[in-house]
Amino acid sequence: MSRIGVFTCWCGENIARNVDVERVAAEVAKLPGVHCSVHTKYMCSDPGQALLREKIASEKLDAVIVASCSPHMHLRTFRKTAEAAGVNPYKVEMANIREQCSWVHHDRAAATAKAIDLIRIAAAKVNWNEPLEPIRVPVTKRVLVVGGGVAGIQAALDVAEAGYEVVLVEREPSIGGKMAGLSETFPTLDCSQCILTPRMVEAGQHPRIRLYTYSEVEEVNGFVGNFSVTVRRKARYVDISKCTGCGDCWNNCPMKKNPSEFDYGLGNRSAIYIPFPQAVPARPVIDRNNCTRLKKGKGCGLCEKKCQAGAINFNDEDKLVTEQVGAIVIATGYKLYSIGRQQDNGRMSGYGEYGYGEYKDVIDSLQFERLISASGPTSGRLLRPSDGREPKNVVFLSCVGSRDDAKGLPYCSKICCMYTAKHAMLYKHKVPDGQAHVFYMDIRAGGKNYEEFVRRAIEQDGARYYRGRVSKITEENGKLIVRGADTLAGVPVSIEADLVVLAAAILPAQGAKELARKMNVGYDEYGFLLESHPKLRPVETAAAGVFICGACQGPKDIPESVAQASAAASKVLVMFGHKEMTRSPEIARVDEKVCAACFTCVRTCPYHAIDKAEVRSRNGALLKRTARVNPGLCMGCGTCVAVCPSKSVDLSGFSEQQVYAEVEALV
Amino acid sequence: MSEPFEPKIVAYVCNWCTYLGADLAGTNRLEYPSNVRIIRLPCTGRIDFNLIVKAFEMGADSVLISGCHPADCHYTAGNYHARRRWILFRRLLDTLGIEMDRINFTWISAAEGKKWQKVITDITEKTRALGPYKAYRELHEVAG
Repeated sequence: MSRIGVFTCWCGENIARNVDVERVAAEVAKLPGVHCSVHTKYMCSDPGQALLREKIASEKLDAVIVASCSPHMHLRTFRKTAEAAGVNPYKVEMANIREQCSWVHHDRAAATAKAIDLIRIAAAKVNWNEPLEPIRVPVTKRVLVVGGGVAGIQAALDVAEAGYEVVLVEREPSIGGKMAGLSETFPTLDCSQCILTPRMVEAGQHPRIRLYTYSEVEEVNGFVGNFSVTVRRKARYVDISKCTGCGDCWNNCPMKKNPSEFDYGLGNRSAIYIPFPQAVPARPVIDRNNCTRLKKGKGCGLCEKKCQAGAINFNDEDKLVTEQVGAIVIATGYKLYSIGRQQDNGRMSGYGEYGYGEYKDVIDSLQFERLISASGPTSGRLLRPSDGREPKNVVFLSCVGSRDDAKGLPYCSKICCMYTAKHAMLYKHKVPDGQAHVFYMDIRAGGKNYEEFVRRAIEQDGARYYRGRVSKITEENGKLIVRGADTLAGVPVSIEADLVVLAAAILPAQGAKELARKMNVGYDEYGFLLESHPKLRPVETAAAGVFICGACQGPKDIPESVAQASAAASKVLVMFGHKEMTRSPEIARVDEKVCAACFTCVRTCPYHAIDKAEVRSRNGALLKRTARVNPGLCMGCGTCVAVCPSKSVDLSGFSEQQVYAEVEALV
Repeated sequence: MSEPFEPKIVAYVCNWCTYLGADLAGTNRLEYPSNVRIIRLPCTGRIDFNLIVKAFEMGADSVLISGCHPADCHYTAGNYHARRRWILFRRLLDTLGIEMDRINFTWISAAEGKKWQKVITDITEKTRALGPYKAYRELHEVAG
């Protein structure tokens, strides 16, 4: 039996008002194992903690119960204090006689009786508490960053600059992400590529960044500090170590009319291509679905003939590489809600009435970015897709799919108000005699210099803003008739437009959910990845050692994505700052002698933290099979304990003995 | 006439949602009957069938199991396991002859101090109306 000290707190008047603290202290002194029982005004104050240390020494205590506030408030405090005085921190329990007693029961007799009960329950438990040592896990000081957009690049560069190796995996042939395709950025109208491409080059050339483009994360094994990640390097058909990026291949490729992914179908690319001129790496890839040679297995091969470096390899295959890392940063970004089509999610019915996909001159916002970008398919001249004429009336629709629970998504996509103002402004700069019209629900311009930016679009660049929605877009004689309402003026509005730009809602990138599942990261109903705590742990996830940043967590603009990326990098660096990591020892353990190897726990564990293991004799003969907990992965939920038919799994800190002792102390 | 009947209620709650919900009821000074005794567990997934039976054996008149709302589990899925197991428990407990009215299952989040107050008040009143749970007490008496 332990030598328990019970410390009952008055919390000034907070507890003492409704609980007779002196009587409680006297009563609990009689409990089995309780060696000393004292009460004091404020246990959490310096004198209170000094009393704790003093009594531990003078009474030779080996277990402590503090009867005061919620363990969520001060358990950590008292465990630290007790540890400093020589008591194992896991031999400290609290009885919550404030939040769950004195504050909610005003009948003094009943509250006092309950306080005594709560301490009795805690004393019964603490008798069975085992001294535990924190689990130490070695840390592989390398990080995997998934996604090479602005967030991924920022996180990778931050960690690499701090002196650690980074594996940066990007699905597309080049890093750069969505930002590489933008024209200019709000609220400064900096050219997007001018800001981003130097960072891309830095990431591409950094001695501590290993770049895997045109690659995807196939499998993640292991646990915090010790992940083993398998990356699929998709067949590129170009040996990037030999290729010099000279361009002889794509300039000679006869299959030139393939819609460019980078230009969202507004421009064309050849079958062997680099997505855009500033691509990093500036090495091409062959689109196997449109290459004559790869489709037929013979013929063409012009690129191979022209390549002086001998870098073309038509027999290339997908390769799997395995990387060992200690931490993972997910920065997979976003995609646009697909406007015209029936959505995969049943709740979204699409916006067929806007004619997207039907009328060539109805485009989405990312397409518009390409149309006004100097590196775009029109080399920066704003020409509409249908006939290449300069549009004199352009209508911008915000909230297409956003804030529309009936047809789209209930949330605000956050960046559309700002980029729509930017679009109206840039349009006016390109076509000074043109007119921009904007339909909006509300203008949400929270951010430094954001409201001023929107005012500029309206006041200096003369964009006409209509508060209202558009009901239908039709085409008549080469004009798009946009019918909507101006709800402030209370009149219907009909505009003959040459071009319509839809600010589509933002969704997490394709495949983000699948990736999250591989890493045990949670996601919401739309697929945005879940942070551990929306305020205090914004870049951590439920999976230890996996961090998130950028638009994969929710719609956000470039400055926010970059800030979050640096936050994620700093969390990684906190991990890497220690020789080894310590984790809570309140985790599950298997009694391998009793385990019947039914592996129900293996199937139930939400963290995949239980492995099937074998016990072998010294000469290697199989003695038995058993479940075994991986202490690096177990989070201590105890689900395995409840499902184990042979009762061979137990949870330290909440063991069967401890919990049953608590229940038995109820009477 | 002996003292009026004061039911004993045992609440198995998870550490992250319902325990914090009960704390919030305290922070907001929401008064409720003092009959409940909380056993704090990491997750409702940790609760097994025997614990419920044990509580009745030890003199509980009602048992409450409460955890995070679906999709809010701190451990991703523990509450789903608890819910699935609960469906089985119900039938088993019913077979054992334990009155189903005495077993309560709810979700209470860390923000639902008011719900905690209501749930505890309702269960206490309900149990008071049901009277003491005697089956185990009688067994104990027979066993001496």
